[in-house]
Amino acid sequence: MPGKISSTRSSAAADWPAAMHRVLKSQRVRQISYVPDAGHKRLIELCHADKNMAVVPLTTEEEGMGLAAGAWLGGERAVLLMQSSGVGNCVNALTLAANCKFPLLMLITMRGEEGELNPWQIPMGRATPETLRLGGVRSFRLDHAADARATLSAAARFAFDDCAAVAVTISQRLIGIKSFQEER
Amino acid sequence: MSAGLHRRDVVKALLRDRGDILVVAGLGSSAWDCAAAGDHPLTFPLWGAMGSACMIGLGLALAQPKHRVLVVTGDGEMLMGLGSLATIGAQRPGNLAVVVLDNERYGETGMQKTHTAYGVDLAAAARACGFIKTRIIRKSAEIASMRSDVYRGRGPLFFQIKVEPDSPPLALPPRDGAHLSRRFREALLGRRAATR
Repeated sequence: MPGKISSTRSSAAADWPAAMHRVLKSQRVRQISYVPDAGHKRLIELCHADKNMAVVPLTTEEEGMGLAAGAWLGGERAVLLMQSSGVGNCVNALTLAANCKFPLLMLITMRGEEGELNPWQIPMGRATPETLRLGGVRSFRLDHAADARATLSAAARFAFDDCAAVAVTISQRLIGIKSFQEER
Repeated sequence: MSAGLHRRDVVKALLRDRGDILVVAGLGSSAWDCAAAGDHPLTFPLWGAMGSACMIGLGLALAQPKHRVLVVTGDGEMLMGLGSLATIGAQRPGNLAVVVLDNERYGETGMQKTHTAYGVDLAAAARACGFIKTRIIRKSAEIASMRSDVYRGRGPLFFQIKVEPDSPPLALPPRDGAHLSRRFREALLGRRAATR
């Protein structure tokens, strides 16, 4: 039965990007870089509205690896937002995290999963988990909005406490399927 | 010796009495040039991740707005990260300078011509991306004013220095990336902060 607790939980779950924004703040993440994805729209807006965050739009995802490395050299923490098609753009730059023990935290919205209507998204979506693994990145899968806070907290602690490369891969079911009939 | 500029002389002039400027060196000859000018904990030389030098400089410049940040890289490395000029132009960090040692060659792989040998103008690209001051430098008489801009001028600044396609003796910085990043953070942030 839906009681008070579950209704609170479900409203928090509905705004999982706000939960992620709060985790980024509590983890002292200051540089936020992104190549946009519709699934990251609200989190990007929350970060732009946050005066304590430096938000850096990128031309390609691999730029975010360099930015995170430079941020860490300068004593700040960074996060990189992208969709799964961007993972392929990052492969060689992952060497920065692997060789230099830089923390690297990535939030990756998945395309090419069940329900995908654009077949051109499928090859890279399918290759994303293995690409991350081969690049030395540990992935945390996020399937349910209610888990956003706990999953990102664990991923961020692992990234920054252990100076590791970490990705949270956000399932396509969670962000919704692009219908190609959206209002424009 | 020919009349043109030599990369080692240029970098030596840039990094003499460097104070607390933070330096990112692009992979290959630019990293060797910085090492030849004197290995330093506040120089971060790259041995890979080609195309990343400018973005590392941007992350550093945003994190340390009170420090000057200098990226020293080559034309090949810059060409691979051309989009980063647009990303920097959108941020306009006032403390960031980019110096490209342009020998119009891929010096580490057999001296193949780069796009700049075919007329691509990197300084014009930087200007179009919103860098506040951009120059192509060909004469030693221009080095002193460039140095003054790198240390004091409002950025983002971009200098494309046409240098001779010579191959000076190798001068290698440490190649352990974990060591390079740790020593940089310790020198900049102190030992305690560097472990957090």
